[in-house]
Amino acid sequence: MAEIRNYTVNFGPQHPAAHGVLRLILEMDGETVVRADPHIGLLHRATEKLAESKPFNQSIGYMDRLDYVSMMCNEHAYVMAIEKLMGIKPPKRAQYIRVMFAEITRILNHLMWLGAHGLDIGAMTVFLYAFRERESLMDAYEAVSGARMHATYYRPGGVYRDLPEKMPQYKVSKFSNQKKVDELNQNRQGSLLDYLWDFTESFPDRVDEYETLLTDNRIWKQRTVGVGVVSPERALQLGFTGPMLRGSGIEWDLRRKQPYEVYPELDFDIPIGSKGDCYDRYLVRMEEMRQSNRIIRQCIKWLKENPGPVMLDNHKVTPPNREAMKDDMEALIHHFKLFTEGYCVPEGEVYQAVEHPKGEFGIYLASDGANKPYRLKIRAPGFAHLSAMNEMVKGHMLADVVAVIGTQDIVFGEIDR
Amino acid sequence: MADTLIDHLGDIFGDQLVACEQAFDEITIEVAKDELLDICIKLRDEDYLQFEQLIDLTVVDYLQYGLDEWATDEATATGFSRGRQDLSQAKTKWKRERFAVVYHLLSVSLNQRIRVKVFIKENRPSLPSVIQIWNGVDWFEREAFDLFGILFEGHPDLRRLLTDYGFVGHPFRKDFPLIGNVEMRFDAKQNRCVYEPVSIQPRVLVPKVIRENEETIYVADPQSLKESLKREQNENAKGGSNG
Repeated sequence: MAEIRNYTVNFGPQHPAAHGVLRLILEMDGETVVRADPHIGLLHRATEKLAESKPFNQSIGYMDRLDYVSMMCNEHAYVMAIEKLMGIKPPKRAQYIRVMFAEITRILNHLMWLGAHGLDIGAMTVFLYAFRERESLMDAYEAVSGARMHATYYRPGGVYRDLPEKMPQYKVSKFSNQKKVDELNQNRQGSLLDYLWDFTESFPDRVDEYETLLTDNRIWKQRTVGVGVVSPERALQLGFTGPMLRGSGIEWDLRRKQPYEVYPELDFDIPIGSKGDCYDRYLVRMEEMRQSNRIIRQCIKWLKENPGPVMLDNHKVTPPNREAMKDDMEALIHHFKLFTEGYCVPEGEVYQAVEHPKGEFGIYLASDGANKPYRLKIRAPGFAHLSAMNEMVKGHMLADVVAVIGTQDIVFGEIDR
Repeated sequence: MADTLIDHLGDIFGDQLVACEQAFDEITIEVAKDELLDICIKLRDEDYLQFEQLIDLTVVDYLQYGLDEWATDEATATGFSRGRQDLSQAKTKWKRERFAVVYHLLSVSLNQRIRVKVFIKENRPSLPSVIQIWNGVDWFEREAFDLFGILFEGHPDLRRLLTDYGFVGHPFRKDFPLIGNVEMRFDAKQNRCVYEPVSIQPRVLVPKVIRENEETIYVADPQSLKESLKREQNENAKGGSNG
């Protein structure tokens, strides 16, 4: 009998199911994976070192580009770390806006994950459905910050500006006539909050729609049930956080356990799985979208009733308004110093974590009293998850590797940094 | 909550810790390199600690700590300094070991966090690996080795992780230039990628400054600023009506 040797398969880095630039070296025994060795770093941009050479505020934009499907959540951790070092607290309204957009971002992220995960293991339609809703939320991003993705909206001391009173409207063009435009503009007649309220009214039905496509789908279940099982003990050992940890049945959510901003005032539930397989993690994330929807509604209600400042009035860290700059020398000097030199942050080190859609996203910030961070370390949830890749796929079939990559919700912006 | 953790740390470790302090509601303990493994096992297993998760491992290179590129403290005969001082030429102010390896631990069952710091010397920096205690540390140690050149003894597979295949140097050290040492391009004649020394110059856009006493330099009290603005506006309004 001929001796059968294991052979090695190279997967990626340019592969649609590799979610970016993952290169996997798979050692195969027939169609069974014996060992998986992920090679990462193809998107390494040295964000941490770059941040060390720039004033604090100039790195906010880099945070968007880490996990580029949950932009504002990354900013959130970064600005909160700076605020913690300086001992400042943003106004209440700014905190509500931040939380609302953090939850919008969570939905954005989970929709992206759902679409890509579905596509990877053979469910085409859900991708198109998910991107329809993403589009509406991207419009909210654009209305508030001017950018669809890389918002740079959160600032130490608050948010860049208040929510707009008017939503941008579609205009007649050679592609859409008046009738079509009126239809598109129907939910854009009021403010951004009205627009989002309208979204939250219909979103739970949309999630039901996704579920009709997948939850009881025989093929979906065959591809996810019992695949990539992680026991709670192993999940803790391997440093899992977020839905990966909750899918294994550990009730741990920083929004509840170590609450920040206004989360203690909000009402929401934490879904957990029981078996720790891909299907459980799918269910957890689906429920999280519903819960985020609930949080957004509570935020909208509060924001409608409570106007107020969205930025601290402390011009050590926040720029003075335009009007004051025009006829006040002091304001002009503040503005000039803030934008040329930045602000000096007291000496010390902090670690600030947020419940990012993918898990615990943490910023470790060490300052030596300068206008730039001395050391910035980004703790990316996906990094810990991907490092457990070998353990999760060992003994599975080659096709299950794709299911595991999908369930880990891998985005290379944050893993490679 | 945090206070009780400090008490427990004192009871359990006593003199074993080099330092233990609380700042910004976070507890940091500093341990000696030789005692690291012993302390880490206790951190994971003691009833009042139960740090079953290692959240993060990172390194801080203290080479340029406290150095600034632009003196702001005192004016010289020609005024405040105008030129930028090159940090790579500056003499370090740091008196201790150059590298600190920083562990962030989380206890899910007791809902508490701790930071563990170990200082290690510059020459052949090495540290015992904690991979047997927290398996998830694997890539974090590989990253620290890759970017800072810290050797973790007992790590089963200490390869580079983030940098390119065949990369030379440890890029996150403070003495490694931001622009790097080599650049790569495709050479059509040789029909392959070639590496050459970098052709660009390092450039500092905003010099690093350390302002000890910020208040006196450019920050006014925001409250008084607002009042003065209001007063001015009132006066302007009065002036307008008179005219």
